[in-house]
Amino acid sequence: MSKTPLLEAKNCSLRFGGLSALTDVSLRIQEGELVGLIGPNGAGKTSLFNILTGVYRPTEGEILFEGRSITGLPPHRINNLGMARTFQNIRLFSSLNVRMNVRASFIARLRHGLVHTVRRGRSFRSEEEEIEEAGRKLLAYFGLEEASHHPSRSLPYGDQRRLEIVRALATNPRLLLLDEPAAGMNPTEKEELKRLIGQIRSEFGTAILLVEHDMKVVMGICERLIVLDQGSVLSQGTPGEVRADPKVIAAYLGESHTATS
Amino acid sequence: MHYSAKGFLNPRLGLALGLAFAVILQLCSGWIDSYATQVIIFAAINVTLAVSLNLVMGETGQFSLCHAAFMAMGAYTSALLTGKALPSLLPHLSWTGSSWASQLFFFPVLVIAGLIAALTGLIVGGPSLRLRGDYLAMVTLGFGEIIRVLLQNTNAVGGARGMDGILPATNLFWAIGAAVVTLYTIMALVRSTYGRGFLAVRDDEIAAAAMGIDTTRFKVTAFVIGAFFAGVAGALYAHAVEYISPEGFNFLRSFEIIVMVILGGLGRPVGVAIAAIVITFLNEWLRQFSEYRMVAYALIIILFMILRPEELLAPYLRRFNPFAKKAPTAS
Repeated sequence: MSKTPLLEAKNCSLRFGGLSALTDVSLRIQEGELVGLIGPNGAGKTSLFNILTGVYRPTEGEILFEGRSITGLPPHRINNLGMARTFQNIRLFSSLNVRMNVRASFIARLRHGLVHTVRRGRSFRSEEEEIEEAGRKLLAYFGLEEASHHPSRSLPYGDQRRLEIVRALATNPRLLLLDEPAAGMNPTEKEELKRLIGQIRSEFGTAILLVEHDMKVVMGICERLIVLDQGSVLSQGTPGEVRADPKVIAAYLGESHTATS
Repeated sequence: MHYSAKGFLNPRLGLALGLAFAVILQLCSGWIDSYATQVIIFAAINVTLAVSLNLVMGETGQFSLCHAAFMAMGAYTSALLTGKALPSLLPHLSWTGSSWASQLFFFPVLVIAGLIAALTGLIVGGPSLRLRGDYLAMVTLGFGEIIRVLLQNTNAVGGARGMDGILPATNLFWAIGAAVVTLYTIMALVRSTYGRGFLAVRDDEIAAAAMGIDTTRFKVTAFVIGAFFAGVAGALYAHAVEYISPEGFNFLRSFEIIVMVILGGLGRPVGVAIAAIVITFLNEWLRQFSEYRMVAYALIIILFMILRPEELLAPYLRRFNPFAKKAPTAS
């Protein structure tokens, strides 16, 4: 592969004092790819997310986004470069209604700063209108328009997860990191989610890195899987390859996998 | 369903009406007795203080205990300007409270007082706003005390004796005008896409940063703007009471402003302004049992928390809020 990957992590480690959360993790994600990140509880999936998005700085190693080093940049800068994420435990802005949650994602790209906002001139108003329209389109596309004016925490659980994804998409990312989007969803909502992820790829061409426990969701939609165990990469490849890898079966899928497949 | 396109209405009409009100009240000042004038001026200054602190505490969620220190910066700066700098620079003009020279120069004096306070806010806020919750409260508490002690030990500004004989330049127009401009600026700022950044930082800093919002910058911005208006309020206060001393800007003063913000309902500028007015008048009335004032405050806070006035008042406030979005109408 000669093409520069969209995201590349090179030999990343993360330690908290004596506790090693990640050891020598390397991964590559190409433009437009859909990659699944799996692993048992405590394998370091969320830690990996946190170093990729700048919440933590890796103790060792380097992270490149479109060939540029983003190691140690603060989270908002990484988002501005084109990487957005959702959270395992939903983190919506609870005092804002649905459309204002989406609107907050446009702040970093505002042409108008403080002075224009206070002056409220014509160009300020036209920009506000543009943003409102862009947000409305996104909400409409993902079927949340009816709920635009509702407080975000009044939404049903599945819709809150969906709103988090819409809010992340509104920052116009090249890469979307989804942290267990199917957690706590019922089977219908999971089907809905799979459809939604497909929609994101076809409509926006965004690459997606997906952390997920639910094997049905992961195996069904991902092109490539990375398996983490005890802080390091255990295996990677197509779902079929990973499924057949004896190391993975031993460490993660175990008996239940052989029983269900 | 059809939604209003902008979501945030243009509120400049409110600003114009408010300033007109200030002018009219000033023109009628001959008919208002001097005690009432003084109380109205205090109420307006308290509105400025509370609404500006509301940006920091209510909208951005940063617990600041040093609003009185910013007020002190503005008060001392302006007192030095009108008491020493201006008369020595322009000695041939008449410098009494209502002379045209002092009234004309009062505007730049207010702005400079605000800017000095804002600069102080930047110096304090830059490093300390990386702290959260209780830690920030402690740092701001400490900073407020540092300012007070510094003033107490600076002979050039009278030390613990303070400064007296300050020009009585504050009148109804300046006090109410400043309150109206503060209320407008902060409401206009918050009710915009840009302003959602303050609320996003308050609700969830980690999520805000992940959505590309520079959280430190928003916090420092809120702090600096809050400090600016506190400085202006301090200048108005100094030129209303004609005497300032470091003790007047101690922790209790900051606490009084915090009470107004909490009573008004954190993050509701109109509610906070109303609370500031109510507390000022309450203060005047409670003067008869002065040492029990703080007891009364505490009781009132507890009562308000039990009764949750923001829930009771919210629908009415929204109706009179010129910034509120139009309700969605079925098409």
